[in-house]
Amino acid sequence: MWLPWSSKTRSDQDASARARSSALLLPHLDAAYNLARWLMRDPIQAQDVVQDALVRALAGMDGFRDGDAKSWLLRIVRNAAYDAHSASKRRNETLLDAEIIDPADNAEALHSRSEDLAFAAETLDDLPMEWREALILREVEGLSYRDIAEVTQAPIGTVMSRLSRARQALIHARHVRDNAP
Amino acid sequence: MNAPCPEWRLLINADLDGELDAGRAADLAAHISTCAACSALQRDLLALRAHLAADLPTHPAPAALRQMLAPQPMPARALPWRLPTAFASGAIAASLALMLWIQPVPAALSDQLLESHLRALQPGHLIDVASSDQHNVKPWFDGKLDFAPPVKDLSAAGFALAGGRLDYIGGRPVAVLIYRRQLHVIDLYIRPGPDSTAASAFRGYNLIAWPQDGFTCMAISDLNAAELQQFGDLFRDSP
Repeated sequence: MWLPWSSKTRSDQDASARARSSALLLPHLDAAYNLARWLMRDPIQAQDVVQDALVRALAGMDGFRDGDAKSWLLRIVRNAAYDAHSASKRRNETLLDAEIIDPADNAEALHSRSEDLAFAAETLDDLPMEWREALILREVEGLSYRDIAEVTQAPIGTVMSRLSRARQALIHARHVRDNAP
Repeated sequence: MNAPCPEWRLLINADLDGELDAGRAADLAAHISTCAACSALQRDLLALRAHLAADLPTHPAPAALRQMLAPQPMPARALPWRLPTAFASGAIAASLALMLWIQPVPAALSDQLLESHLRALQPGHLIDVASSDQHNVKPWFDGKLDFAPPVKDLSAAGFALAGGRLDYIGGRPVAVLIYRRQLHVIDLYIRPGPDSTAASAFRGYNLIAWPQDGFTCMAISDLNAAELQQFGDLFRDSP
């Protein structure tokens, strides 16, 4: 008994496409959650962010045929994290807002300010979100500067500056701790 | 000690990250050999990297998130497909029967295979990695699947590799290799799985399945059954 081909429903095709998209994203789920965890500094919020990101990713995958699924997913996660973050402004973030910087500041002024911030920042958690993000993407996910620029939608020069300052803050914090009486 | 030289600071970081070309890396090395402050920065960065690698916790995704990407059950059908095992001629049937233990392919599975194959036949055939070189196609699957599918070069026998793609059949991700024989397209679905051997024909398409090295291979094409079987034998037996 043959069934006419038109009996295949639209929802079956959607289910197949959805399954295919899920298979492309699944290998990068841990990276996505880890990034969200470090950005949100809280496991519950991280889970909400990744859930939001997955919904967006699955919805937006129709045109996604080629390219790096990991960077693409991390960018969506990162945007979802920033959306969630601005929805619930944390007071202590503004003290360490990395971007309240006059672009006319020279490199050394930027770095000595980093060292000032280091007094308040003993761990990665205390760093400004943009610095923490760059450091996680570089040190944990091993992304290139170009990929980090893509994920964070920032120029490569800004990525390099954030990495350098994040590292300087952590190095300085460790020196202070190591030399404490 | 003085602070590191401002004009070298970002480059020292970039060097650590493998982002400098050889020329700039050489210039940097020459500078560092003469500058104590920059040398100290490089040491500090290396120590920081080691510290982060050792002490920075990474967090795997919780199960609830995995569930969002887990295979969904296929929707139940009101009327199941029934696929007869039909052969074009007695001679082909006899030779196939000798080579295979014939059984119908499970209905739901063959539904998915045919649907996937037909969708892929739309203009601009569904290919994620287009290459006739097995040494391009095979590594493309790394990191996208939890298994490494075999990829064979059968061009000498008239089956040209056209590329590969990911697909989703029977509740799990599968590798698909696309071969061409003249104007015919063969989609070869590969996944780890139980040994099963089968052959079916429906609506002008032929489907064969065979076990190979712990994988189940399923080839579907409008190519005639005898040549499709030849393809299957070659894929299984070629080095």
